[in-house]
Amino acid sequence: MAQVSIRKVVKAYEGGVQAVKGIDLEIADHEFVVLVGPSGCGKSTTLRMIAGLEEITSGEIAIGGMVVNDIPPRDRDIAMVFQNYALYPHMSVYDNMAFGLTLRKFPKDEIKRRVENAARILDITPLLDRKPKALSGGQRQRVAMGRAIVRDPKVFLFDEPLSNLDAKLRVQMRTEIKKVHQTVKTTTVYVTHDQVEAMTLADRVVVMNHGVIEQVGPPQELYHSPNTRFVAGFIGSPAMNFIPARMENGSGALRLNLPNGIVLPVPAERTARYGAMAGKEVLFGIRPEHLTEPKNLDRQNIAVFELTPEVIEPMGMETLLHLWMQGHEVCSRIDPTTPAEPGRPMQVAADLNHMHIIDPESGRVL
Amino acid sequence: MSATTASRDAPGIYHKAGSLRSERRWALWTAYASLIVAAIIMLAPPVYMFLTSIKTSAEIADLGGNPWIVRSPTLENYRALLSSPMFMGFFWNSVKVTLLVVAVSMVISVLAAFALARMRFWGSQWLATGVFLTYLVPDTLLFIPLYQIVGSLGLLNSTWGLVLVYPTLTVPFCTWIMIGYFASIPKELDEAALIDGANWMQMLVRIFIPVALPGIIAATIFAFTVSWAAFVYPTAFITTPSEMPLTIGVVSQLIRGDTFAWGQLMAGALLAALPPVIVYVFLMDYYIAGLTAGATKG
Repeated sequence: MAQVSIRKVVKAYEGGVQAVKGIDLEIADHEFVVLVGPSGCGKSTTLRMIAGLEEITSGEIAIGGMVVNDIPPRDRDIAMVFQNYALYPHMSVYDNMAFGLTLRKFPKDEIKRRVENAARILDITPLLDRKPKALSGGQRQRVAMGRAIVRDPKVFLFDEPLSNLDAKLRVQMRTEIKKVHQTVKTTTVYVTHDQVEAMTLADRVVVMNHGVIEQVGPPQELYHSPNTRFVAGFIGSPAMNFIPARMENGSGALRLNLPNGIVLPVPAERTARYGAMAGKEVLFGIRPEHLTEPKNLDRQNIAVFELTPEVIEPMGMETLLHLWMQGHEVCSRIDPTTPAEPGRPMQVAADLNHMHIIDPESGRVL
Repeated sequence: MSATTASRDAPGIYHKAGSLRSERRWALWTAYASLIVAAIIMLAPPVYMFLTSIKTSAEIADLGGNPWIVRSPTLENYRALLSSPMFMGFFWNSVKVTLLVVAVSMVISVLAAFALARMRFWGSQWLATGVFLTYLVPDTLLFIPLYQIVGSLGLLNSTWGLVLVYPTLTVPFCTWIMIGYFASIPKELDEAALIDGANWMQMLVRIFIPVALPGIIAATIFAFTVSWAAFVYPTAFITTPSEMPLTIGVVSQLIRGDTFAWGQLMAGALLAALPPVIVYVFLMDYYIAGLTAGATKG
């Protein structure tokens, strides 16, 4: 068990393309950290540099306080789970899990003890004699995790381990991975492009984009107070609405002028925070669950206005409305019992306690 | 929608469905007919060889009667060959040369292919292409310079000379097959092995060779066939009967001047063809799996 330190790490390929542009990250012992971002954001490269499968162009990575830049993967005491499982096809499940220990010349009975223990944790004891070919996708993924667990390494590395599974199994294995981590408590770095996976698994989520870290924080923090427009739009499904607006100063209070002639009063407690944007174009950000049918009208900072739904998507526990605001699609989450009809204008309420104002030039959330 | 419903009700569609079965029957008939013709063309020479090999010299020389019917079958030709120390000498020379060449070729080509396919180093791409290009140079062109090389090493008229030159034919192609096969093994498998603690040699021996076994068998069969059937090199390099392999031994010793010992020639050729046939029969499935590796592996 160990902490992982990433200091000013750069990965540049021949031709000068930088996949990772000098990132810093401290991962604590026992922590479950998820690197998330769109494809090409450098998250997998970062993971592979921790594993030692990619060379580090500059900066340093330390595992358990020891700089590992020049240490080959086998001596880093890490275990990795790959997207396509990478099980050895000619070996039984038992041998797959035992392979790393055999190479390290562990005594036979110790190997047996560890493999059986891992098999019990993962519930794959009846499969130990099978070849990978005879396993389902979910079972293969368990074996790949078993191979990591038996080694009892300092760090687990997961590279999009659930991407090859179907939706239902993915949710099931997600729970499984979290359970395993709660049992073995090994420091874990997990890469995914799926923000739901990131939110559900992580102690802390690292959002990456274009080779830099946009924001690091616990899932709730990322969700409720994103630092940048990218994080605000990436975390959460359906994504946050961004509506172009104009901030105006009217007799000591700020007002937001939205398309369709909608004017929203900025909550008084935020006047100081947004004051600098007065008279400027901004992006008004609001999550679909804060744009609902009129409710809680007695609370402060609820603004009601009229919009016309174009598409209505009943999801069961909620209904999603797609409303148009002068060429901008806006998504709203309403109670399924609320009557709504495409093309018929209706009242929607914006909870401005949860509004975000983004400076369109810097992309920063104010 | 209504248009498709209407056309589905039209009688023409049902007629078409009925014709599907007869089309299939036609396809089967044509396939069997062409396969039978092909089999006759392919099998006629060996069958004729076999028939000739169990005839007496007198019967072979007799131009009357149907040559496909054996009137007085005899195993005399086989007995004569198998009891002849010279023929057995040819046979053992072939076995010795072939086994050594297969071993040398496989060791070199598996190691080379692993390095070229997996260890990314400067120029590995060019080297891989270069290896294949050398295979395209015909042996009829190579035997002249090779004669000088083998001669300067003092290995003319020695089976060891053949062990030295046959790999120039086998290694490039075997390496090429193995590069293709190794390349079809997912990259994550070596990365997993690296993280599990394997070094390059352990990765090759414990992961790559077992996983690529069909490819290795295909390459082995190729090397076996090439060195067992080699003709140009032994013709050029070997003149002493005691060092000759089967291919040229049979031809040079059983044709004396213009006297052709046809019965023994055919028996010798059939016996010579037997080992490759046995190897193919046993390893056929692996061979096909090996040659089609890139095509079916996802």
